[in-house]
Amino acid sequence: MIKMLSGNEAVARGAWEAGVAVASAYPGTPSTEILEYLARYPNIYAEWAPNEKVAVDVAAGAAYAGRRALAAMKHVGLNVAADSFMYAALTGAEAGLVIITADDPAMHSSQNEQDNRTFAKFGRVPCLEPSDSQEAKDMTIAAFGLSERFDTPVLLRLTTRICHSSTPVELGERIEPSRAETKKFPRNPTKYVMIPVNAVQRHFVTEKRISDIAEMAETFPYNRIEPGERSLGIITNGVAYQYAKEVFRDASILRLGMTWPLPEKLIRQFAASVERLVVIEELDPFIEEAVRLMGIPVEGKSIFPITGEFDPRVVRENAVRVGLLPVKAHVALSTVDVGPLPVRPPVLCPGCPHRSTFYVLGKLKLPVNGDIGCYGLGLESPTGNVILTIGCMGASIGVAHGAARAGSPERQVAVIGDSTFFHTGIQALINTVYNHTPVIIVILDNRTTGMTGHQSNPGTGQTLQGESTTEIEIEPLVRACGIKHVKTVEAFAVDEIETTLKEYTRLDEPSVLITREPCALLPEGRKRWLPLEVIAEQCNGCALCFRVACPAILKSSELDERYQRPKAIIDAALCTGCEICAQVCPRDAITFRPTEN
Amino acid sequence: MNDTINFLLVGVGGQGTILASDVLVNVGLSAGLQAKQAEVHGLSQRGGSVTSYVRWGRVVYSPLVGAGEADVYLAFEKLEALRHLNKIQPGALVVINQEAILPMSLISGDKTYPDDEFLRSKVAQVTQQAVFIDAAGVADSLGNNRVANIVLLGALSVLLENRELEGMHLTPETWLQVIAQRVPPKYVEVNKRAFQAGREAMVAPA
Repeated sequence: MIKMLSGNEAVARGAWEAGVAVASAYPGTPSTEILEYLARYPNIYAEWAPNEKVAVDVAAGAAYAGRRALAAMKHVGLNVAADSFMYAALTGAEAGLVIITADDPAMHSSQNEQDNRTFAKFGRVPCLEPSDSQEAKDMTIAAFGLSERFDTPVLLRLTTRICHSSTPVELGERIEPSRAETKKFPRNPTKYVMIPVNAVQRHFVTEKRISDIAEMAETFPYNRIEPGERSLGIITNGVAYQYAKEVFRDASILRLGMTWPLPEKLIRQFAASVERLVVIEELDPFIEEAVRLMGIPVEGKSIFPITGEFDPRVVRENAVRVGLLPVKAHVALSTVDVGPLPVRPPVLCPGCPHRSTFYVLGKLKLPVNGDIGCYGLGLESPTGNVILTIGCMGASIGVAHGAARAGSPERQVAVIGDSTFFHTGIQALINTVYNHTPVIIVILDNRTTGMTGHQSNPGTGQTLQGESTTEIEIEPLVRACGIKHVKTVEAFAVDEIETTLKEYTRLDEPSVLITREPCALLPEGRKRWLPLEVIAEQCNGCALCFRVACPAILKSSELDERYQRPKAIIDAALCTGCEICAQVCPRDAITFRPTEN
Repeated sequence: MNDTINFLLVGVGGQGTILASDVLVNVGLSAGLQAKQAEVHGLSQRGGSVTSYVRWGRVVYSPLVGAGEADVYLAFEKLEALRHLNKIQPGALVVINQEAILPMSLISGDKTYPDDEFLRSKVAQVTQQAVFIDAAGVADSLGNNRVANIVLLGALSVLLENRELEGMHLTPETWLQVIAQRVPPKYVEVNKRAFQAGREAMVAPA
């Protein structure tokens, strides 16, 4: 049966067909859907871990116990998991262990565009890169086989355009794993206890292993030569292969499905068969530099960009520029000039429970350090920049602490979401308490992992596979970390947030404000939607409600008679009735919800 | 270049652009073609710009459509229609939903929303094959403002009837079958009606 699957769905299908038993992940675009799809298959245990490091530990443990396992993450998640990835690379496992990294060239939803193939080289593990959904499925299965054959974790590297493109896939059946029987946990400390005396031996093993895999790579079926004209030979990988095929209909192509280790003999044979050798790969010159180290003349990043993602145009126009294609291949763009248009960046949704906090923080003009999540959308408000720094998951609290310790005269604030707090915020909070620094930490608890599309987390009381579980409460956890000043308030309570934050600025100890309210897009949030109205006669166009920066509050065409300013109106189709604007309005011109009996 | 049809779909998060491209790619497959679709998830619910690509052909390699390569342009919102206008091929087939969704930058800033005359004149500079439809109005008249995306596909289905592509066998039934598979069961009927209404709108376009 053929079905349109996204790359992520295809990886999940492949993992299921390969008989995977345990899968762990932390959500992160573009990888999130892999576990969401996998969790729905029978005979699989799939979970959200609080972070990627834990996910890799879980997968390693399952593979040590003799069951096929995977961990999935976005590219920057592998930074978090690097410590675990590196020991797993040394130990190998008793059953297939696949680590999936979903890289994000062009940073559609990420803080950087690092190329994680480097991790494969770093850890001496093979790296597989599919070029479409069919291969995403097939190579996931192949990755488990490879992992078991060579006793190594395998890095399956996807990119956004593989994860989020849908292409036809031939579905197969699940092969119950050959090692499905419950085995006794291995008593093999020289292999699994990475103290120096054992690790030293394992290093020899892994160096031998990677050279054995390089030998196998010469005949690995996903490394293949597609012969064409001799004048141009292209080495390519991943989705770039599709652009190369699209643009160069006649060239010879060496498609590498395994980009680490590289098949040196195959590359030499290919290079010898063509007159000009070019590598077409997104991001780093990873293949190009390796080929050059073989002493083979090759071009790559001198022609195609090292930044961003490719598409057929990027490949074609650069090829025309350097004479790889005739000038007539150039495609002219329309010359229409639409002028500067109003921008439409993603913003906090109407009814977002984070909005009140950002409104107050903007008003107080305190330096705010941000973190990774929807609240990054509170970056700018009509009152100016609210968030001054965003680095990576869990960075906000440590950065605020460091700035305070450097003698920053203002009171430093860190804002962090519930899921991000569980991810890597807790250790930074402990540091702030331990080293007693008076920073203000706001935990924006919207009862979900919002930005990636509502995944459960340790605070939600639900697991990935829909079971009820212990709900880890943030306030007692914060107290247990030693915070004395902690308060949980309803996220829409503008005045209470302001009063609390002002109070906290006068403390000489760290403090935590937890603002709690379900994301307005969650089913329980949606149930409360009830649009408010502006009472036009009472509005004088003071614009204070515009500072709330809600997409549901618009400028009316009606002007206030006295000041000639546009009055406010509320778009009933967008308004959820969160009442932030109604609380902010000094003239009681915005209705509140009817009091609930 | 004429061995494929390259669709560019643009709109605002929440308008159903992604569902429409999902239907479109599956229609291509059902019509006996290779088909691929690409989009970016993650921020689409937050009212940001959404762009999606669908390609049909006997052989399709790239899932992405490069600037200047789109030969069918489906715009779900007028400002977005302008924003990506320079990415389409001159002479491309254009279908524009006459809906305006005001961005935040208009509420706090001084810019204005471009008027219809400006939009039509700019579109006319790129192509003469442009159709404007009040898909949101049609959807409202069917009692469900969320089916505007399928109204647009209905209109598109008529406009594609004179396109020829090697190996393509496309009928209205192909579309209806795919729609029935891709939307939640309780919304199948209203979506089928939306598709028919979109087709009828092409008889007397706005």
